[in-house]
Amino acid sequence: MIPMFELKKVEKTFPGVRALKGVDFEIKRGEIVGLVGENGAGKSTLMKVIYGAYQHDGGEVLVDDKPVRFENPRQAMEMGVGMVFQEQSLISNLTVMENIFLGFEQQFVRFGLMDWKHMAEAARFQLAKVKLDIDPATTTSELSFAQRQLVELAKVLTLEERVDGDLVILLDEPTSVLAKEEVELLFKLVRELTERASFIFVSHRMDEVIELSDRIYVMKDGEVVDSLKADDADVDDIQHKMVGRNVDKEYYREEKQKPFNKDQVLVELDGISRASSYKDISLKLHAGEVLCLVGTEGSGREAIIRTIFGLNRPHLGQVSIKGEQVHTFKANEMVDRGVGYIPRERKIEGIVSGMNVYENMTLSQMGRHSRFGVLNLAGEKKLARKWIDRLSIKASSEQADCGNLSGGNQQKVVLAKWRSGGSNIILLDHPTRGLDIGAKEDVYEMVREMSDEGVGVILIADTLEEAIGLSHSILVLKDGEITKRFDCEPGNKPSLYDLVHYMV
Amino acid sequence: MSNFVSKEKLQKWAPLLVLIALIFVFSFANSNFLSIRNFARIGIASTPALMIAVGVTYIIIMGSIDLSMEGAVAVSAVLFATLFIAFGGSLASWAWLAVPVTLILGSLFGLINGLVHVKLKIPSFMASLSMGFVGIGLSLLVTGGDRIRVEDPLFRSLLTERYFGFPLMVHCALVALVIGWFIQCYTRIGRNFYAVGGGEDLAHASGLNVQKVRVLGFMIAGVFYALGALFAVAQIGIAETATGYNLMFVSITSVVVGGTALWGGNGGVWNSLIGVLIVNVINNGMIVVGLPRYLQDGVLGLLVIVAVVLSTDRKSLAFVK
Repeated sequence: MIPMFELKKVEKTFPGVRALKGVDFEIKRGEIVGLVGENGAGKSTLMKVIYGAYQHDGGEVLVDDKPVRFENPRQAMEMGVGMVFQEQSLISNLTVMENIFLGFEQQFVRFGLMDWKHMAEAARFQLAKVKLDIDPATTTSELSFAQRQLVELAKVLTLEERVDGDLVILLDEPTSVLAKEEVELLFKLVRELTERASFIFVSHRMDEVIELSDRIYVMKDGEVVDSLKADDADVDDIQHKMVGRNVDKEYYREEKQKPFNKDQVLVELDGISRASSYKDISLKLHAGEVLCLVGTEGSGREAIIRTIFGLNRPHLGQVSIKGEQVHTFKANEMVDRGVGYIPRERKIEGIVSGMNVYENMTLSQMGRHSRFGVLNLAGEKKLARKWIDRLSIKASSEQADCGNLSGGNQQKVVLAKWRSGGSNIILLDHPTRGLDIGAKEDVYEMVREMSDEGVGVILIADTLEEAIGLSHSILVLKDGEITKRFDCEPGNKPSLYDLVHYMV
Repeated sequence: MSNFVSKEKLQKWAPLLVLIALIFVFSFANSNFLSIRNFARIGIASTPALMIAVGVTYIIIMGSIDLSMEGAVAVSAVLFATLFIAFGGSLASWAWLAVPVTLILGSLFGLINGLVHVKLKIPSFMASLSMGFVGIGLSLLVTGGDRIRVEDPLFRSLLTERYFGFPLMVHCALVALVIGWFIQCYTRIGRNFYAVGGGEDLAHASGLNVQKVRVLGFMIAGVFYALGALFAVAQIGIAETATGYNLMFVSITSVVVGGTALWGGNGGVWNSLIGVLIVNVINNGMIVVGLPRYLQDGVLGLLVIVAVVLSTDRKSLAFVK
């Protein structure tokens, strides 16, 4: 059987980087193909070539054995290639139906006017394909993440009516924001839809890739290093191929977890409450302790962390830092007291892209590096070099633009920013979100090193496994209240089930 | 707040509430304010600004900005007057041709503006500001600094002829506003403005020709600027370089006061109508209550800040630049 979509020795070069090195890739009718690889392995470049955002500069792209070249995403769509983007790629101020037919509204124009009724009908037909029963005139911002994902899928499925040939649909990390049940529903749907289309499934979650796909391509350094049947695949094996070495069994560095200093309290919350975010929260963070807040989205974890960093104030109760009671809740006040915050949206709050490494590192402590408002650049650079070395940040120099560093290295720059300024209370909000295995391990190593140096860490983990593996203590939150506290000494850690039990 | 009046609803209607409150305050201060004659005066003063505001609304919805209106109005006004006189000087003769020709010239001006912005990749702020000066320069070139009088009674009937107490130009402007609303809601290009303002990258990835949308936006805005110029000329019977004076401040202020966000993606022409009325009610009210002339500009500026505070949702913004 001839593959319906095929890449032969496809090359893509950017200035200074050979992003794709002769990639061979094929997909047959009705097949679900998994695509995995570390960050920077070339997955996203490959996807962009497939859906027409980039143009290949070597090799061939074949549709039904005929060479094609997509100049833009629209041409790819016209050949039946559609992309379902990661979370939040619908335009949130438009209605669902406008999003579904964005760029293809002409079919609903009658005498120069938009026929909204006709469009709503057509949208309902598309939504039925993904079994989503919502009013197409709803504004997209009102939908849940799971619903948005389905709308994305419906949008791509409009290609079915528009093109003659077969469809290839790319799913880019479709499960990253979905709850477990929602993931199962999505998978069921995708399997049903293989009658209509073939899928390329990209995800960081190996177990999901193995579960859903028929075949899996593994990428590393711009090459496809292996292609295997999902039935023969197992997680360890794939990870080994992605990283090129065995992944440490002691993933979370449990052997390096040492008991913390029970006498030195860094942060103490005494019965703090904040309307519609959290209620009656008391906790103590000690030097060298990793304290993990566990709960579902909206359980109040973020609000507590933001209070400790001074971004919002509690309405009741007391917050003390290093024994001193806090009265003014301002971020700069908390920074002065030694609190550092590494937010979830690295790109938005953590680093300033466009500024280079040393500028980012000293951003929060310019007062220390200046005299009468004039900066001591030499001192700043020296400090930056020291921390680049200490955290082994992969940057060409302290002058490199932070926006061009990989996710893991950006994370390290943010950490260096706080640590070099003398912060010893570090708040980590999803520090490993979107990072690949190697970079994750670096972050775990970083956390252990901080504990050894007597830094207190409050963590919101990306997964429950991570929470259990990394922390000394776990507080489980539900609807803004603490439902359970666990001690997590190595060898005596709670199980996933123990936690989930108190979360929902 | 009770569930009956949700916060979003309140936000949506805030500009209108501000307008009503202003009318109350000024009526209370001086009973002459609340009369058809005075409202007609506000209507006349608002007409050119409303057209400009409608045009720039589309640009702001796209998340861009257009600062070329003063130049665009100046060049449209003097070209219109020149053509009008060249074609015979009366609407009853061939001079009516000057109207469509001016509208086309307005769209051409917008086209150049848009192409400079999109093709030369100059931020709309800079491109349009420069084009505005080009317009001022062109109008000076045409007039040599003189005023051109347009005294055709038929054309001036836009001001002199009144129906229901309001001059013809106010009715014409309302028709143009409805057309503007039509473009916004019922045409492909109108909806695409929102898509570009809401997420340009995503719109592009969905197969939308974003550059084309932008250029078309500036063209449509140009037509409305030309319309504004026609009304401005009808208002005083004179076309000159200064015809566009002050319209930049008034129109952009009106759009923002009306509740359209400067970062794009929401709002619309009805908001701009409310905004224009707020600004002009403040202006007129100050005169009616007898505020000294030399205080009025300063007070207008302060009141506009208050109106922006009251009528726009700034809570969700962490930083403003």
